[in-house]
Amino acid sequence: MSTCKTHNVSVAPSRSFLQAVATEEAVAPPLRVVHMEGLVILKIIKHCTEFSPAIVTGQLLGLDVGSVLEVTNCFPFPIHEEDEEIEAEGANYQLDMMRCLREVNVDNNTVGWYQSTLLGSYQTVELIETFMNYQENIRRCVCIIYDPSKSNQGVLALKALKLSDSFMELYRNNEFNGEKLREKNLSWVDIFEEIPIKVSNSALVTAFMTELEADSPVTQSDYDRLQLSTNPFMERNMEFMIECMDDVSMEQQKFQFYYRNLSRQQAQQQTWLQKRRSENMTRKAAREEPLPEEDPSNPIFKPLPEPSRLDSYLITNRVSNYCNRINSRATSVRLVLFFERRFQITDGGF
Amino acid sequence: MASADRTVLQFFPLSTSLSAKVHPLVIFNICDCFVRRPDQAERVIGTLLGSVLPDGTVDVRNSYVVPHNESSDQVALDIDYHHNMLSSHQKVNPKEVIVGWFSTGFGVTGGSALIHDFYSREVANPVHLTVDTGFTNGEASIKAFVSVNLSLGDQQLAAQFQEIPLDLRMVEAERIGFDVLKTTSVDKLPTDMEGMEATMERLLALIDDTYKYVDDVVEGRVAADNTIGRFISESVSAIPKISPSAFDKLVNDSLQDQLLLLYLSSITRTQLSLAEKLNTAAQIL
Repeated sequence: MSTCKTHNVSVAPSRSFLQAVATEEAVAPPLRVVHMEGLVILKIIKHCTEFSPAIVTGQLLGLDVGSVLEVTNCFPFPIHEEDEEIEAEGANYQLDMMRCLREVNVDNNTVGWYQSTLLGSYQTVELIETFMNYQENIRRCVCIIYDPSKSNQGVLALKALKLSDSFMELYRNNEFNGEKLREKNLSWVDIFEEIPIKVSNSALVTAFMTELEADSPVTQSDYDRLQLSTNPFMERNMEFMIECMDDVSMEQQKFQFYYRNLSRQQAQQQTWLQKRRSENMTRKAAREEPLPEEDPSNPIFKPLPEPSRLDSYLITNRVSNYCNRINSRATSVRLVLFFERRFQITDGGF
Repeated sequence: MASADRTVLQFFPLSTSLSAKVHPLVIFNICDCFVRRPDQAERVIGTLLGSVLPDGTVDVRNSYVVPHNESSDQVALDIDYHHNMLSSHQKVNPKEVIVGWFSTGFGVTGGSALIHDFYSREVANPVHLTVDTGFTNGEASIKAFVSVNLSLGDQQLAAQFQEIPLDLRMVEAERIGFDVLKTTSVDKLPTDMEGMEATMERLLALIDDTYKYVDDVVEGRVAADNTIGRFISESVSAIPKISPSAFDKLVNDSLQDQLLLLYLSSITRTQLSLAEKLNTAAQIL
């Protein structure tokens, strides 16, 4: 190669095109904010409220720009049963819709999906699997969760979620045991990441909306927020929370059982090893071949499968969700009550 | 025209009290499609979906734009696209049927009559919605029309577009998000607490306004209006007359309930973190 050296040009080494493209892919800015258009929000609200309490889903379309994910349009999915031929029909529906929308200049990129939820219990294994499916095709996707039951409390319950990267790696390799989790320092809060949503509207739409509805000092959502009759909502939340706590304690028992079995198995292994060793000693004394110190055919050496922690994580997530909702609702009610008390005291002379 | 029998130009005024109700989603959709239209098109047209309520009002709930070509003398509509979209939409919501069509632009043009003809073959008595995106006359006008046939004896002369009353309403849930949707951009969706804060402020402002008004009237600065006075006295007397101690007890009981719930949920959270520690911290030597 010495001849090559003399021809070596004194220019900075240029990368091949493939290399350049490869490095470009690796450095993707993390997703910081989701820009939604008012149209999408209205469509989601309409679709979810129409079919509530059933859970419905739909596709989000938009653009992926830098650290911002823009969602500009969406379309709902029909409710389908689990049937083979209907699966193909669902795919056809999707293709049809996308094709039609492209003809009218709507952004044709899938950037995620939305789904409605009931009282906030959306952390399920299905959600994670859908995420993984989407992630294989699209680099960045987001899931928007809308809760129609919170709208009668005057709150727009819209959330953008995505799976955290570390969780995705673990899930892909299907390693959900204690050591890996400790290594990555992954706890149940780290599964889902919530991304802030920013809403933007075109000026045309804003002009129309202001024309239609002048700004009024008080809106219906204010009345809803000041409502004090929260009992049914709280009761349902508490019920769900108690059920989930039962699940949590069951999971804990599973783990205890596993650990107990594991330690018992280890004790058995130790005694067996001791016996083998003492046998080997006697055999050495009798000048025979020592037996191997391991015996994979012995059932006490079979590794016990560690129960996946995925379920317990998800359940924990759900319980904490309920707790949060109860917390916030209770605090709101407290505020109103305090306010009312002040008002009543000063009301004497009003 | 035969001189023997005089036929009269028959004009049927709308005997039915037909009116239309449009959800704001439809307007949003139309505006969005208008912004995305191809460069050579002056206006966009599309189909309106919805249902007819039992009392005769047409409830317009959804819409989609249909590509079309319009020149001075002819109009071409992509019918396949229209049917495709219709069947797709009906897969999701079979109750939504065609109730009419929309177009942007002010007023009704000649081409619209042809399109209206096409739609009247799809559904009886379609509603034609015009959304004035050009803001002629300086205002955003959204009008709805139905077509009435003018006939002379047996001969059809023309179709006249008659305006019908339009009602732009919002469903509860949509109303919640409406504040968010009114401005050009919102940085962050308001959380529970922020919404509560805003509500409290508004309530206080209202009370201050009323107080000031009553003061002004008492001092004679503002002429008294009896209806407003009656409203005010009605709202003040709506507070139930209970003794302060009973009221206190009521409020305190509710407060205690809420505090109990808060305590329970905090305990649950502590339990959760404990359980997590137990599950993952165990090390097998």
